[in-house]
Amino acid sequence: MIAFEGVTKRFGAWTAVDDLSLSVAAGEFRVLIGPSGSGKSTVLRMMNRLIAPDAGTIRVEGEDIARLKPETLRRRMGYVIQSIGLFPHWTVERNIAAVPDLLGWPRARVRDRVTELLTLLNLDAERYRGAFPHELSGGQQQRVGVARALAAEPHILLMDEPFSALDPITRGALQAEMAAIHKATGTTIVFVTHDMDEALTLASRIAILDRGRLVQTGTPLDILTRPADDRVRDLVGREDWGLKRLAVETVAERTRPGETAPGDPLAAGASLRQALAAMVACGTDRLPVADGQGRPMGVLHLADLLRGADRA
Amino acid sequence: MIRVRLIHNRVALLLAAVTVVAALALPFLGFAPNRLLSGKAIALSAAAGGGWSAAALLPVALLLAVPFLRAGRMVNALYTGAGALAAAGLVWLAGQHAALLAATASPAARTSFAAGFWVMEAAALLAVLDGVRRLGLGPAGRVAVGALAAALIGGQFAAGHLDQLSIMKEYANQRDVFAGAVLRHAALVAAALLPTLLIGVPLGIAAQRSPAVGRLVFPVLNVVQTIPSIALFGLLLAPLSALAAAFPGLGIGGVGPVPAVIALTLYSLLPIARNTAAGLAGVPEPVREAARGIGMTPRQVFWRVEAPLALPVFLSGLRITLVQAVGLAAVAALIGAGGLGAIMFQGLFANALDLVLLGAVPVILLAVAADAALKLASALALSRLGRMAA
Repeated sequence: MIAFEGVTKRFGAWTAVDDLSLSVAAGEFRVLIGPSGSGKSTVLRMMNRLIAPDAGTIRVEGEDIARLKPETLRRRMGYVIQSIGLFPHWTVERNIAAVPDLLGWPRARVRDRVTELLTLLNLDAERYRGAFPHELSGGQQQRVGVARALAAEPHILLMDEPFSALDPITRGALQAEMAAIHKATGTTIVFVTHDMDEALTLASRIAILDRGRLVQTGTPLDILTRPADDRVRDLVGREDWGLKRLAVETVAERTRPGETAPGDPLAAGASLRQALAAMVACGTDRLPVADGQGRPMGVLHLADLLRGADRA
Repeated sequence: MIRVRLIHNRVALLLAAVTVVAALALPFLGFAPNRLLSGKAIALSAAAGGGWSAAALLPVALLLAVPFLRAGRMVNALYTGAGALAAAGLVWLAGQHAALLAATASPAARTSFAAGFWVMEAAALLAVLDGVRRLGLGPAGRVAVGALAAALIGGQFAAGHLDQLSIMKEYANQRDVFAGAVLRHAALVAAALLPTLLIGVPLGIAAQRSPAVGRLVFPVLNVVQTIPSIALFGLLLAPLSALAAAFPGLGIGGVGPVPAVIALTLYSLLPIARNTAAGLAGVPEPVREAARGIGMTPRQVFWRVEAPLALPVFLSGLRITLVQAVGLAAVAALIGAGGLGAIMFQGLFANALDLVLLGAVPVILLAVAADAALKLASALALSRLGRMAA
């Protein structure tokens, strides 16, 4: 879907991105993470040509983007930034309709799409479509920002630390909504963050960058269990590594089927971390597991939960 | 201890005090046997003495009471209304007394506004402004109040009630040239506005895009702004005369409307270019980045996002420019550009103060009208932008 080949970008004497090769597969939720100055935002902004590389080629859906008109390329990609950047003189509806309007969609189709997106992002369409950005809270503004990015049904969604400025509760809600949107639409998402918990929660694959170079790429589990070097170990955190490790796997994967146990059942989709918390709270070493419809699936044992949770 | 609050509106108190002093200590009108002799003073008490004409001062009395009333919407409405009626009443009283005097005096005799009238009239108009502000009226309400006050005073002019006042006698003498002078004045300003916008707006945009251009342009325009207007006309005289001598077919000269328009343009460039640049600089960077990031072309970023967001600041620059140009155009009469300045200078050289007023008052009215129209326009632009741009 997106392929970087030997891409380098310098700002004066500073090399922001150094001979980077990276590919993002279609349908991936790819998180780029790294300390500040690692070049992660520069990489993202090269994908829609807001920044031009000094060397190397970038292909999007097979096309060398240097040969595309920047505007054409950008209208095919959604773009969400930390500071949101809603147009303050336009209503929510017109903000969301910005790209469809640029593409010349018919009015009725734009209107339906706005309704659909506001509903998708849990905003009451009739209440908010005529509102101006300053009338919304920060979380609502970023929901509109995400809706604007999704409006023209892009194949690729670029998100530059989109939730970093929000309070933890709003951030959690928007993360859950992004996961649901990714699942429902299959859009390829490239998401920049400096927050490892956010990366582990959302990513299907993570790319860790440092000083403009790729340090490691892999699934959240790969990153946790086979960190490439000390820089990765620092990023995932040494003290609460175990809890992060538990957070990326679900209860269903460790459930012994057919058994029964007393107590409030765990949801099959809950993380092992939530399961551990429940066991500690109940003072027990086993809890029943139920599927999405509440049917008993089996039992999760503390011993199974701990198995394989060792550092490779 | 209960502290009784006696004063509820300090501005109104100040205006009331000024009004009382002016009414008691300053002459309301002046009466002279002809336009060249200095007149004798007529106090307000004498002018209002004739029976029921004192009723015209009732709104003035109301204004004096306002500072002591508990502030509220009703009191503020009374304050505004009394101010407008007082402004009209003072003019009416002056016209009334002038007519009374004219009945027994020679046709050459002149009744003029004197210091007391001007001070009280100014206090009444300031009361209207303060009242409108306290009422928190929107742009439409402000225009309505302004139109009401203008109608109350303008109606008296139109009805001929003020014909015996000296300024209107001067108007009668100048009737043939007055309308032409007003039009010429407006035309000078309009003619300067076009090149100002054509040059100033691109300069402002360029200065905002490139700091190097800004560092070059603004000091130059600032220096131009510091040159006294008469000096600038003088500076333009030589090159334009040379140009006129070299190309007689161009129809330009060292004097006349062309140098006036050039000078007005030079003065107008700074506020236009500066406010264009400031308006664009006020567009939040994330908004600009988002506009580019979603795929707007540079032209679309400018017209759809930057220009509407910069509009209120730009309009306030245009307001400053217009008000300044209306005033400066009066001086342009010195180099033969015509306009209301010509009437003013004619009065100055003839020592006829009312003729000066006949030129000056329309200049003030033109400036006030331009100011009000553009304030209304920027208020409308701002309300469309919401609180964000405030």
